[in-house]
Amino acid sequence: MAIRKMICITCPRGCHLEVDTETLEVKGNTCPKGAEYGRNEITDPRRVLTSTVRLEGAPGACRLPVKTAGPIPKGLLFKAMDALNAVTVTAPVAVGQVVIHDLLGTGVDLVACKQF
Amino acid sequence: MSEYHDLIVVGGGPAGLAAACAAWEKGVKDILIIERDKELGGILNQCIHNGFGLTYFKEELTGPEYAGRFIKMLYDTGVTVRTDTMVLNISPDRRVQAVNTHDGFLDLKAGAIVLAMGCRERTRGAIGIPGDRPAGVLTAGAAQRYLNIEGYMVGKRVVILGSGDIGLIMARRMTLEGAKVLACVEVMPYSGGLNRNIVQCLNDFDIPLYLSHTITDIVGKNGRVEKVVVSEVDENRAPIPGTEMEFECDTVLLSVGLIPENELSRTAGIEINPRTNGPVVYENMETSLPGVFAAGNVVHVHDLVDFVTAESQRAGRAAADFLAGRSVSGDADLELACGDHVNYTVPRMLRLANIDKAVGVFFRVNKVMAAGTVRVTDAAGAEVAAFRRQHMAPGEMEQIQLPKVLLEKAAGPITISVEEASE
Ligand SMILES: Cc1cc2nc3c(=O)[nH]c(=O)nc-3n(C[C@H](O)[C@H](O)[C@H](O)COP(=O)(O)OP(=O)(O)OC[C@H]3O[C@@H](n4cnc5c(N)ncnc54)[C@H](O)[C@@H]3O)c2cc1C
Ligand code: SF4
Repeated sequence: MAIRKMICITCPRGCHLEVDTETLEVKGNTCPKGAEYGRNEITDPRRVLTSTVRLEGAPGACRLPVKTAGPIPKGLLFKAMDALNAVTVTAPVAVGQVVIHDLLGTGVDLVACKQF
Repeated sequence: MSEYHDLIVVGGGPAGLAAACAAWEKGVKDILIIERDKELGGILNQCIHNGFGLTYFKEELTGPEYAGRFIKMLYDTGVTVRTDTMVLNISPDRRVQAVNTHDGFLDLKAGAIVLAMGCRERTRGAIGIPGDRPAGVLTAGAAQRYLNIEGYMVGKRVVILGSGDIGLIMARRMTLEGAKVLACVEVMPYSGGLNRNIVQCLNDFDIPLYLSHTITDIVGKNGRVEKVVVSEVDENRAPIPGTEMEFECDTVLLSVGLIPENELSRTAGIEINPRTNGPVVYENMETSLPGVFAAGNVVHVHDLVDFVTAESQRAGRAAADFLAGRSVSGDADLELACGDHVNYTVPRMLRLANIDKAVGVFFRVNKVMAAGTVRVTDAAGAEVAAFRRQHMAPGEMEQIQLPKVLLEKAAGPITISVEEASE
């Protein structure tokens, strides 16, 4: 049995968790989200990716801020960055508009974060 | 005759937006926001990462999304906005002088003013790093703006000085964009940033964090940074000889703190708290000048925009009350003093007549503590209130609510102190 210490990043409170890597039992969490985070960090760590993509047709602006609509597997972050580099969006754009559907087959969309 | 507005808000970041919306809701119908940038939103426009709005909107938004929601709310009101306009001077009789390319020089008069100018970054000069003066040394926030708004990469091999949130966020951002971040170097024995940012920005990418270390030399003979020397420091923050490490890099990003932007406040004669570098404020965010309120990073540096919003709504509502003659100005009934382990409090002075049921007090501790008790005592040493807390750190702002009924019974200045729980 091994205990992994980690900090929950689900909210700014940053609780100090202790997770049993075999039984996936979580200690130190203040709320249920922390237990879920602790378990996922062992089985399938995921992160939300935020970045920008090329923007055209918006006076005075050249980058559109984007994010994955949900967390994607941590191991795919750099591959996802490559996919983002291949995209150009043309204004008008609305907040929440899908920029890449089903990013790298994760089932998670890449969406726009700003209106232009 | 100069143009008059009931309320003039200086700065269109989250603080200015929330203050204007709150004042509008409380009945002020003639409001002008003055913003020097081309667009509203302030620093949030370049903070494209997520982590905004967990408290206020109960979801995790990016900076532009958070700003966008408030800009939308604002456009549903009749608040007027002048962007690309810079306020040059504010005088004690609430005159506001500004300039832009469209109207030229503007001489405005206000019934009330909310100061929401935010803060700016400390630079290399402000902390005096020795060494050459090559290109490639810039503040983390400037790099963030280049990368996220202008679309320029600022370097390939990067060392970050300071572990404030902007530095941590930029470590991840530069790494994702293909740079190699060699180290994050922090002079204090603890990080100034949020724990979650250490985890998801440094640990996730195996970027080492050197605590109790600093940059002791920047080398760059041919116009661009070539390497930096990093040394360990002792408890007095003096470099320890023999501990030098060299990093070959082309870029140094500084994340060494933010300073509230208070030139306008100072020339207006507003009293500044030396501990925060922001105006001393009363319970309703009023400054020492009656009718002039302040909120957001201009008062004290915030790590969470949700707190900026809450504080700014308080300022906006108070400005509305002031304009309607519903509030009292003038001397305080109670002062708040900082006791053990408390660096500062906002507000610092209380007038009970302006407090409805309770007043929220923000403060920062000066030490990392696993657990502790926040004690509120009056001049006679009697306990007014106590709050237990798990994990407190200088990088994380604390907030307590002091009920009016308890304050009414308290005698003299109130001291807020923190007692560390013994292990
Ligand atoms: C890099 C970084 C990362 C952050 N990360 C997070 C996070 O993950 N989560 C979170 O909740 N919070 C985060 N914050 C904190 C939060 O974004 C800030 O606390 C908040 O934006 C401060 O709002 P403000 O309106 O006081 O200041 P600002 O956003 O700085 O706005 C001030 C505005 O005033 C204008 N202004 C200044 N002087 C004048 C003048 N003379 N005339 C006209 N206009 C003027 C400026 O142009 C600016 O638009 C972060 C902050 C930074 C810098
Ligand atoms: S356990 Fe809950 S309260 Fe603690 S950091 Fe995680 S989400 Fe926040």
